[in-house]
Amino acid sequence: MVSLLDIIGPVMVGPSSSHTAGACRLGLLARCLVGGTPERALIELHGSFARTGEGHGTDKAIVGGLMGFRPDDERLRTALEIMDREGLDYRFEKTSLGDEAHPNTVRITLERGDRKAQMLGASLGAGRILVTEIDGYPVEVSGSSDTIVLVAEDVKGSVARIAGLLADAGLNIATLRLTRKERGGDAFMVIEVDERPGEEVRDAIRTLGWVKWAFRLDKVSA
Amino acid sequence: MYRSLAAAVQDAEARGVPLSTVALEAEAKDQGRPISEIRDALKRALAVMREAVERGLVGDLMSTSGLVGGDAARLRTGPAGPLYGTPFRDVLARALAVQEVNAAMGVIVAAPTAGGAGVLPAVLTGLAAARGIDDERLIDALATAGLIGAVVADRASLSGAEGGCQAETGAAAGMAAGAAVEMLGGTPRQVSHATALAQQGTLGLVCDPLGGLVELPCVFRNATGAAIALAAIEMAMAGIEFAIPADEVIDTMGEIGESMDVRYRETAGGGLAATPTGRRLAKERLYELKRAGG
Repeated sequence: MVSLLDIIGPVMVGPSSSHTAGACRLGLLARCLVGGTPERALIELHGSFARTGEGHGTDKAIVGGLMGFRPDDERLRTALEIMDREGLDYRFEKTSLGDEAHPNTVRITLERGDRKAQMLGASLGAGRILVTEIDGYPVEVSGSSDTIVLVAEDVKGSVARIAGLLADAGLNIATLRLTRKERGGDAFMVIEVDERPGEEVRDAIRTLGWVKWAFRLDKVSA
Repeated sequence: MYRSLAAAVQDAEARGVPLSTVALEAEAKDQGRPISEIRDALKRALAVMREAVERGLVGDLMSTSGLVGGDAARLRTGPAGPLYGTPFRDVLARALAVQEVNAAMGVIVAAPTAGGAGVLPAVLTGLAAARGIDDERLIDALATAGLIGAVVADRASLSGAEGGCQAETGAAAGMAAGAAVEMLGGTPRQVSHATALAQQGTLGLVCDPLGGLVELPCVFRNATGAAIALAAIEMAMAGIEFAIPADEVIDTMGEIGESMDVRYRETAGGGLAATPTGRRLAKERLYELKRAGG
């Protein structure tokens, strides 16, 4: 459903909703996967991101997003200088992800402490984004809701346990997707919730023996 | 939200309220939020629009590539043309101002997109300043603009890559024309005709940015888009009705966009981007950007 505030918005740093605002939101989502500003990042740009990204500040916007700046933060303009000053080790490469990939796609590989993660996401236009892969698992995360993602062993009753845990925390599930690479393999859950979950919810999920990792992805758009 | 302007006009007429009222109510219902919150968000958008206009009119900004900048100030203070000192010229200056801020990575409101972000603030704040219209009515006008944009998004597209510039600057012109007519006291029916009149004037407009950057011709097309909106406002307020309903004009825009060659949809493969000068400028500027970036 189209919203008035999607049309009159977002408030953003120019010049392009897809190349700048969307790129920044992809960076913001990616940083959640390592729980904060990553120390190292490999940012691989595909298609139009690779071709005209530089002129549109796509590189600055993604780096700004990784550092936690939002799409309307004027620091985006000088994000590369800030990155250097902070001693962050971010590298850009141009890549081709094939004809199937959306023209504005980026693959971001991150490290922070002992955490590593990889994310594939696209900027769909007007600042809207879609994350399509996390650590090799196919997902669909739009960043328009607070989301919990987790990888678990494929045990019986896992969905019920997680749902119960969220209900106990007073969280309402909006959508839930479950994917597996193969039967009996790791299960990947993407759960969109109506309210922002606290860190304690994520921690409670992590204490379940069969959960390998769990992250909270913040809502990054209106 | 409404999927047809005709349905929104019908509801507004039946209740004797402006389109902004039915738009705000529909949005509040869709989002499960009070109308006051939506108005607050639109108020913030209006503040950012005004700041962008003021910032751009200073005239000291250049885009990253150096291709555009300083022209908004030229329109404000430069030599007098036939329209010097009129709201028309002021609106053109404001449209360039917002787009120059956009190209220089300043803060703007994407309305409906960043590439077409100059038209709506230019027309609304320019006419409000000329006529002494207060902020509450400007906020209402933004709601009406949002309603029109939502219909365009639903029936056609708001993306240059999908539908050419008729879907960005063109849609912005339709939104601005309709919103301004409400702001100036026009009826919902006149709002809808203003939208149709503005959008018909931009049908077929291709998206051909040099080097793919939102600069040339995008910045100037926001000024010409604003001019088309002003023409549509003048005609609709005079009681002129366009024979094809706004929804059908919007559908036509979507259909033209779909059949447009990919060269004309934001790929920098055709139109002005493919002229000898366009190619040369893009090559030089992108090369310089690369060098400056290390």
